[in-house]
Amino acid sequence: MSILVDKNTRVVTQGITGATGQFHTRACREYGTQMVAGVTPGKGGSDFEGIPIFDTVEQAVRATGADASVIYVPPAFAADAIMEAADAGVRLVVCITEGIPVLDMVRVKRYLVGRGTRLIGPNCPGVITPGQCKIGIMPGYIHRPGTVGVVSRSGTLTYEAVHQLTLLGLGQSTCVGIGGDPVAGTGFVEILEMFEKDPGTQGVILIGEIGGTAEEEAAAYVKTSMTKPVVGFVAGATAPPGKRMGHAGAIISGGKGTAAEKFRAFEAAGMYVAKSPAELGITMKRALEETGRLSAAS
Amino acid sequence: MNIHEYQAKQVLRRFGVEVPEGRVATTVEEALAGAQELGYPVVAKAQIHAGGRGKAGGVKVCRSASEVQAFVNNILGKPLVTHQTGPAGRVVRKVLLEPACAIAREFYLGLTLDRARGWLTFMASSEGGVEIEEVAARSPEKILREAVDPAVGVQSFQARKLAFGLGLPKETVGSFVTLVHALYRAYVETDASLVEVNPLVLTQDQRIVVLDAKMSFDDNGLFRHPDVRELRDTHEEDPREVEASQYDLNYISLDGNIGCMVNGAGLAMATMDIIKLFGGAPANFLDVGGGATKEKVTAAFKILLSDPNVKAVLVNIFGGIMKCDVIAEGVVAAAREVHLRVPLVVRLEGTNVELGKKILAESGLDIIPASDMADAGRKAVEAARRAAA
Repeated sequence: MSILVDKNTRVVTQGITGATGQFHTRACREYGTQMVAGVTPGKGGSDFEGIPIFDTVEQAVRATGADASVIYVPPAFAADAIMEAADAGVRLVVCITEGIPVLDMVRVKRYLVGRGTRLIGPNCPGVITPGQCKIGIMPGYIHRPGTVGVVSRSGTLTYEAVHQLTLLGLGQSTCVGIGGDPVAGTGFVEILEMFEKDPGTQGVILIGEIGGTAEEEAAAYVKTSMTKPVVGFVAGATAPPGKRMGHAGAIISGGKGTAAEKFRAFEAAGMYVAKSPAELGITMKRALEETGRLSAAS
Repeated sequence: MNIHEYQAKQVLRRFGVEVPEGRVATTVEEALAGAQELGYPVVAKAQIHAGGRGKAGGVKVCRSASEVQAFVNNILGKPLVTHQTGPAGRVVRKVLLEPACAIAREFYLGLTLDRARGWLTFMASSEGGVEIEEVAARSPEKILREAVDPAVGVQSFQARKLAFGLGLPKETVGSFVTLVHALYRAYVETDASLVEVNPLVLTQDQRIVVLDAKMSFDDNGLFRHPDVRELRDTHEEDPREVEASQYDLNYISLDGNIGCMVNGAGLAMATMDIIKLFGGAPANFLDVGGGATKEKVTAAFKILLSDPNVKAVLVNIFGGIMKCDVIAEGVVAAAREVHLRVPLVVRLEGTNVELGKKILAESGLDIIPASDMADAGRKAVEAARRAAA
């Protein structure tokens, strides 16, 4: 079992004729994902290595039955691409694009209200259910099928967590990068809800960053509603206030959003806290042992 | 991106915000001429990208030419230290002069993103002129909030709720509503990330005056506002950060002695954290990004080594799409080109890792290999300690 994507997911690539779109469409198909269509306005009727290309998402969905889309278009056009996918009735939109203006995302988020489309990202590595479906830019080979869910605001730090899990023999149910921007389509809480409901997930690693209050909201949810063990880590304990640490969302402003506050919230919620980024996997293993879930996870 | 008060007022004026008529001076002579035109008394305000200027002595009411001369002469070209600048302060290069006004009451009015909701939100308080964070912490009930539905933009009733909530005299409510609409337009049409009027002043003759103004902008939105981009003042930024931005590198200068080069912002922060856990201190945050080339890696190396505090370098790369052999080649070339003289700890993981490690081992360079993140952190801290001893 898994959340969001599985072997039946049919994916359309928006921005399939750009270098990034081509590279990752190929890699995802090699991983086993059903890459059924591509969209580039004006290139309809051609194909990319056998994948048919359409002018609009609506055409692609009608012709191929795609139910998920992945977006690699440049930041200036990404908001439009997300809304186009939602308008075409795509169930899941994964936006990889980094650098989308915040106000564009404010409008997109408002547009998505009531439309039945879930957006993951932007500025994220994507979603993977190991052995079944990879949508995004993460290296597929570090993953292995299993029962640990991973949700993260970061990209390469997620790979680090997955790598540690895999080395310990702990596979993953689904790994979700929700992105490092101030306005994201999906937050920690929504993904935690899905993992809690998923019978194929035994425990969850949650990787946060400084800035905002998403980690505190996640902790509150864990406290009231999660029966599965959750391991938490927050990157940026050493970051000074007022400096934006790469991700548009990773900034401590007005004394809020510090790692210390977030770690405190995790502890208060009874989460398993990984003090060091080198201990993400081992902390998960300990959490599974202590809750009697390790045998189901290995 | 941040801009100066005088620039923020210029931007706001374009959107119909009534701001005081001011003069910007870079010399004492210009200041005296400006004050003469405005007529005494004038307020002279040091222009730096930091708050707390008033308390730090950067703002003065001047009643005569000799007062302007003394104040401006004393402050221009010198660092001004406020609680937001750090101990080194910021050098004052410009002074803004404005007519003084008789203040009856001071308010706070700001507009920024409420991240949890994803909506822009106005905040207003009758406790103006002070840090809004202090008010928020001490008495949150004194902050009025109006979230703006992005589908329709701010509405007049919302501005009226704020105006009456602040207890403004009813004769001034109309001009306050106009101000709220103008601030919202300025924010949205420039891709701002913050618009703040603090204080907003009610004068004794019952006028609403934007006494101080601050604007920050979303870096991701600057591409569609070349006019805003021109307002950037690189004097206010760390020179290494300015250089890094030219190579599309994400570099932030810090106080420690271990230079870091990492791919990905989250992993870069986590690498800084692990250095701290082993008792060291990072000299910088540096994210080389996903598509780093040999040229980019070399530029990154040069920038982090230009910091004289750096006693050791830690490279932590998790190659996903980025292949480890490409990174290794870049690191070797860069280390040769810059004649690296400090210990270099390298942790590589991911695609083509064995090939990458082989390139490092055969380079003949004195590279300390690390097997995982903890090993990398420990070795970097030890190397920096030895080098500093």
